[in-house]
Amino acid sequence: MAEQIKLLEMKGITKRFPGVLACDSVDLELHAGEVLALLGENGAGKSSLMNILYGLYKQDSGQILINGSEVTFDSPLQAFTLGIGMVHQHFMLVPNLTVTENVALGLCHDRTFALNLGEVRRKIVDVSRKHGLAIHPDAFVWQLSVGEQQRVELVKALALGANLLIMDEPTAALTPQEADELLDLLRDMTKRECSVIFISHKLNEVRKVSDRVIVLRGGGKVYDGPTRELSDSELAGRMAGKELGQAAARAPQPLGEPVLDIVDLHARGDRGVKALNGVSFSVRKGEIFGLAGVSGNGQRELAEVVNGLRRVDSGNILLDGRDVANCSPLHIIGQGMGYIPENRIHEGTIPPFSIRENLILKDYDTDKMSVHCFLSMDKTRCFASDLISSFRIKTPDMETNCASLSGGNIQKVILAREITRNPKVLVAVYPIRGLDLGATENVHEQLLRISEAGTAVLLISEELDELLALCDRIGVIYEGRVMKVLEARKTDKQELGLLMAGVESPSEIESPSCPDERSIELEEVST
Amino acid sequence: MEWADLVSGVLAAAIPMAVPLLLVGLGEMFDQRAGMFNLGAEGIMMMGAFVAFFIDLKLQTPWLGLLAALLVGAAFGLLMGLVCVTFRSPQGIAGIGIYMLGWGLSGTLFRVYVGGPTPIQGIASLNLSSLRGVPYVGSVLAVLNPMDYAAFFLIPLSGWLLFKTAWGLKARAVGTTPRAADTLGIGVSRVRYQCVVLGGAMAGLAGAYLSVCQAKMFADNITAGRGFIAVALVYFGRWSPWGVAVGAAIFSLAVAAQRLIQFYGAKFPYELALVIPYVLVIVVLACSRNRDKSEPTALGKPYYREYRG
Repeated sequence: MAEQIKLLEMKGITKRFPGVLACDSVDLELHAGEVLALLGENGAGKSSLMNILYGLYKQDSGQILINGSEVTFDSPLQAFTLGIGMVHQHFMLVPNLTVTENVALGLCHDRTFALNLGEVRRKIVDVSRKHGLAIHPDAFVWQLSVGEQQRVELVKALALGANLLIMDEPTAALTPQEADELLDLLRDMTKRECSVIFISHKLNEVRKVSDRVIVLRGGGKVYDGPTRELSDSELAGRMAGKELGQAAARAPQPLGEPVLDIVDLHARGDRGVKALNGVSFSVRKGEIFGLAGVSGNGQRELAEVVNGLRRVDSGNILLDGRDVANCSPLHIIGQGMGYIPENRIHEGTIPPFSIRENLILKDYDTDKMSVHCFLSMDKTRCFASDLISSFRIKTPDMETNCASLSGGNIQKVILAREITRNPKVLVAVYPIRGLDLGATENVHEQLLRISEAGTAVLLISEELDELLALCDRIGVIYEGRVMKVLEARKTDKQELGLLMAGVESPSEIESPSCPDERSIELEEVST
Repeated sequence: MEWADLVSGVLAAAIPMAVPLLLVGLGEMFDQRAGMFNLGAEGIMMMGAFVAFFIDLKLQTPWLGLLAALLVGAAFGLLMGLVCVTFRSPQGIAGIGIYMLGWGLSGTLFRVYVGGPTPIQGIASLNLSSLRGVPYVGSVLAVLNPMDYAAFFLIPLSGWLLFKTAWGLKARAVGTTPRAADTLGIGVSRVRYQCVVLGGAMAGLAGAYLSVCQAKMFADNITAGRGFIAVALVYFGRWSPWGVAVGAAIFSLAVAAQRLIQFYGAKFPYELALVIPYVLVIVVLACSRNRDKSEPTALGKPYYREYRG
């Protein structure tokens, strides 16, 4: 077990990446038993700073001191022998190994042959008992849900002897209830003299869990002090560099006829197991219909099926009255479908293509862009420069690679392409995932604008604040079925959160799901 | 024709065919498990074949030849590691380069220092009379080459190394999610180097088997594509030693059966018979899917710690 970290200091940490100053002489101090929140927008340098502390990146200048003496890290090995553990935003687990083997990796780094998995397993069981983290040590990681994988990450860090935990946006993929549990757990751990650095851009969580907050912006520190001294809007202001208004509230809309009608839809996921289990709902003209749910409950498959990218087993997708189930994507686009895919880099754009080329991807073969069968440079340039200015895409010029834009600007390129085509239906899948506040606001404005112009919007999201602010109605998807469709004005986070966790009637809240049941399920999967 | 004769006839033809595939295939499996795609195995085999042959020719010590082939193979693996791990070059291209280098170098050295077909003493087959009693296969098992037994023994040994040791755990992690391995203090480059050196040594040994144990001579292009077949067999075998062994067995049995068809003069165009084993490999590859999640997903991807993806 590593010596306890009573005081951690980082002094004047500077880190440059090609073309970016990720950290600009940042100072940080942390005492035992404290929860420090690290707040900032995407690209503010939070993760870079923590990756330096964990030994993954090497700082260009600056010092790290533990209990007053300077330490240097060449690899994460030194960090975790000193008692620093990190739960990364994208989990650092090997999917085709079991939970025990994943933990064993960290314990056996200096051995060649001897591999005592029984001992590792005992250690895992000990840690999970002590901290109340139910996990199944013999399950393969790929079989686990995101929440379970998170628990595995925590157990791994603790089993390796961490007494300083770095949590990088740990609640991003959890249901509200799971997130609350995690926050309680972190609070609890500080009582055992653990300290926690909590990275987030969610203000309510930061407030709930942290004693002290450091706000980063553009690589530099802009605030360091007790969390309770600033209000939410002050914190948000420090983060964004300007005061932000509340998200545009949705005025009640006169809603028209159903444009997208989904009737008893069945489809299978990548592994051949049922992903959609009889989904039915309809989205009306001018409506924003929200689909809430923890990711992995069939949202991605639904979006792909509707856009012709995945086979439908049975059921109908009526687009303006015509069935488009199992039609080609080209046909569906022609019928007036717009799509903002989940993965904006690999599905929404072609990264090495220029912005101009990405903007014309769906219209290159129409008269708008070409003369006879040849692309017209003039027409496409004119089109692209119009969109770049009207959607305020921040780029040096239209021939820049899409890959070199920030996430928010890539999303603007996709929005510009889809919205200017005036689709009858627009399917937006996690459109603000990974975007900062400014870019999020922009996406929301565009969605509201297009729905007012008469497009039916299907918004798939796990951000309940977003859904409640924007949508007219919200459906909750759980294990491939829409549990319930609610009027957005007549529901709240609590109700949605329970539905997302699969609890249909409020009476079930009293009996929390027993971890043993989950283990039994897992055993069935693995045999 | 007796059944026993048929079985032993096919086996006698299949085993010498299977052993080099097994040796190079197991090596390639370690490469790929760690995320290294070594297309140069064929070239390394040729170098191994030449070096072992040459040492046997000059010093009349075939076992020393095998050892030298092992070392030369390891050196080629080291070169592959230098190019692909340290300098992060694309592995496919580097592998083709290693193949060309091994082919050209072994051929040139052969022409300069030996010249024409020259027989060597090689490693003779054993005669274990105690095994003769085994029904059907006894007559085949009793007269195998010592290296054949060694190759069979390498199957469970590889399985143990890959699945039951800390090193195997590290290798599997490094080939699937190197970043996760890195965050746990595992030296990704180090493990990849170890695997690629091991894979090279095994390929060198496989080549030496061809020249010293089987043909007892050296000829240009003696390996005849076995290094490439091995790469396919690793996919076929789902990166497990047992799978690779089954693949090598199926392929060599198909080759042996094909020879038998020709030998007994069945009315069957021999060109078509020659194609059978290769078609079999393609069909099997096309049908295999990543159901068991054993595929090393970082295969062929260089790892760079400070890359921000």
